[in-house]
Amino acid sequence: MVEAVVNAKDVLVSVKDLSFSRGSKMIFDGISMEIERGKVTAIMGPSGTGKTTLLKLIGGQLHPQKGAITIDGQTVHELSHRNLYRLRKQLGLLFQSGALLTDMTVFENVAFPIREHTKLPESMIRSLVLMKLQAVGLRGARDLMPNELSGGMARRVALARAIALDPMMIMYDEPFTGQDPISMGVLVQLIRLLNDALGLTSIIVSHDVQEACAIADYIYLVSGGKVVGHGTPDELRHSDSEWIQQFMNGFADGPVPFHYAARDYAEDLVAVD
Amino acid sequence: MVEKLQQLGQRTLELFEKLGRSSLFLLQTLMGTLEMLLRPRLVIAQLHSVGVRTFLIIIVSGLFIGMVLGLQGFTTLSDFGAEESLGVMVAASLVRELGPVVTALLFAGRAGSALTAEIGLMKTTEQLSGMEMMAVDPIRRIIAPRFLAGFISMPLLAAIFSVVGVIGGHMVGVGLLGVDDGAYWSQMQAKIDFNEDILNGIIKSVVFGFIVMWVALFEGYDAIPTSEGVSRATTNTVVISSLAILSMDFILTALMFGDI
Repeated sequence: MVEAVVNAKDVLVSVKDLSFSRGSKMIFDGISMEIERGKVTAIMGPSGTGKTTLLKLIGGQLHPQKGAITIDGQTVHELSHRNLYRLRKQLGLLFQSGALLTDMTVFENVAFPIREHTKLPESMIRSLVLMKLQAVGLRGARDLMPNELSGGMARRVALARAIALDPMMIMYDEPFTGQDPISMGVLVQLIRLLNDALGLTSIIVSHDVQEACAIADYIYLVSGGKVVGHGTPDELRHSDSEWIQQFMNGFADGPVPFHYAARDYAEDLVAVD
Repeated sequence: MVEKLQQLGQRTLELFEKLGRSSLFLLQTLMGTLEMLLRPRLVIAQLHSVGVRTFLIIIVSGLFIGMVLGLQGFTTLSDFGAEESLGVMVAASLVRELGPVVTALLFAGRAGSALTAEIGLMKTTEQLSGMEMMAVDPIRRIIAPRFLAGFISMPLLAAIFSVVGVIGGHMVGVGLLGVDDGAYWSQMQAKIDFNEDILNGIIKSVVFGFIVMWVALFEGYDAIPTSEGVSRATTNTVVISSLAILSMDFILTALMFGDI
C-alpha cells in the first residue's frame, strides 16, 4: 500500500484519447500521454506530426474534437474565457520565433506580463526583470530591440519573459531548431537548470534527438497522429521497435520509407501522362 | 455547371462566415474599448501614430482642395455675377462633403493600411498568439486602443481638413481673384448653419472613422499569416473601406439633406 503511494505518478498534464483534425487532415487520432510534475518531458516526432498543434491544444488556443486535456485537474477546453486566462498565467509557452513584441526593448518585453497582470511599483518591476534577465545571462542586453538580437538571444529573452510570472509549467516549441552549437548548449543547460531551480514542469517539443535525450526525463514519440513509443531516453535507445530505432538514429530508410508513396519506378518512367 | 454552383455556394458561405467573425470581433473590440478608458496612456500612444502622423497629408490635401474649390467656384459663380458667394460655396462643399469623405479616404490609405499591416505582421510573427499565451487578450491590449484612437482622430482630422480648405479657398478667391474679403467671410457666417451643416459633417466623419477602423483592424486580425496574406489584407482595407465610405456617404447624405 505504501509502495503504491510512492509509485503513484504526480501527473500535472494529462492528455486523454485526444483527436484533432484540420479540415479533412487527421492530426491526432486518439493520443494519450501523462506529463509528470517537476519533470522535463520531451514530445518528439518527425516534422509535420502536429507537435506545435499539441502545445496549442494544451494552451487552449485550439479545441480538440474528441477527448480532453486536463492541467492540474482542470479540463482546458471546458474552461470559461476568464478561467482559461487565469490558467494561462501559470503557463509559459516559448514560441519557435520567440514572438517578442518588436516595438519594445528587451527590458520592456520581460516587464510586459508583469505590468499587465500586477500593479507592482516600478522599482520592484525593475528588480524582477533584471533577475529574470540575469538568469538567462542577458542582463547587459536589456536596452536592445528585438531586431538587434541573434536567434539564440531572442529565445533566451522569450524564456526570461516566460518565467517572469513564475509559472508552474513551461512549454518549449522546437527550442533547438536553427541554433549554433554554442547557443544550443546554452539553451539545453538553461532548460534543465530553470526546471530544477524554479521547480517547474517542462514540456519540450523537438525533433533534435541528441539534445532532447540529454535533458529529458521522459520522452513521447508521436507519429501519424499516434503515440508510437514512450519511455526514458535509455529505454527508447534500447527499444526493439524498428520505427523507434530509425527515428532515434536517423536512418534514411526503414519503417518510414525514403520514398513518398508512388507507383512503380520503372513503370512510371516508361508511362505517358 | 454543378461545380460552378458549388463554388458560388462556397463563396457565399465564406462571405457570411467572415461577416460573422467581423461582427464578433467588433463586439469584443467595443467591450475592450470601455476598458481602455481606464488606461489612457495606451490610447495616447496610438493617437500619436494614428492621428498625428496623418496630420501632414491632411493639411496639404485640404489646402489644395480648398484652392481648387476657390478657383472652380469663382469661374462658375462669376458667370452669374455671384462671386461674392464664393465663401459659402467653398465652406458648404467642404463641411458637408469633401471634408469628411476625402479625409476618410486619405485616413484609410494612410492610417488604415498601416494598421492592417502592423496587426497582420504581429499575427504572422506569432506576437498575438504569444500574448494570448501570456494571458493578455490581444483584442483588448492591441486592437481596442487603436480603435479608440482612430475613432477620436477621424472627426478632428476632418475638421482640420475643412478649416485648412476654407483658408485655401480664401487664398485663391480673395488673394488671387479679387473676391471681397468681407463678403467671403460674412456670407459664410450667415449661410452655414451649425446643426444643418457642421453637425451633419461631424456625424459623417464619426461614422467613417468607425468604418475605417473596423475594416482595417479586422482585416489585419483576420489576415492569413503569410506575407502574401498580409499584402492582400492591406489591399482589402483600402478597397473595402473606400467603397464603404462612398456608399455610406450617399446614404447619410440622402438621410440628412435629401428630405426623403
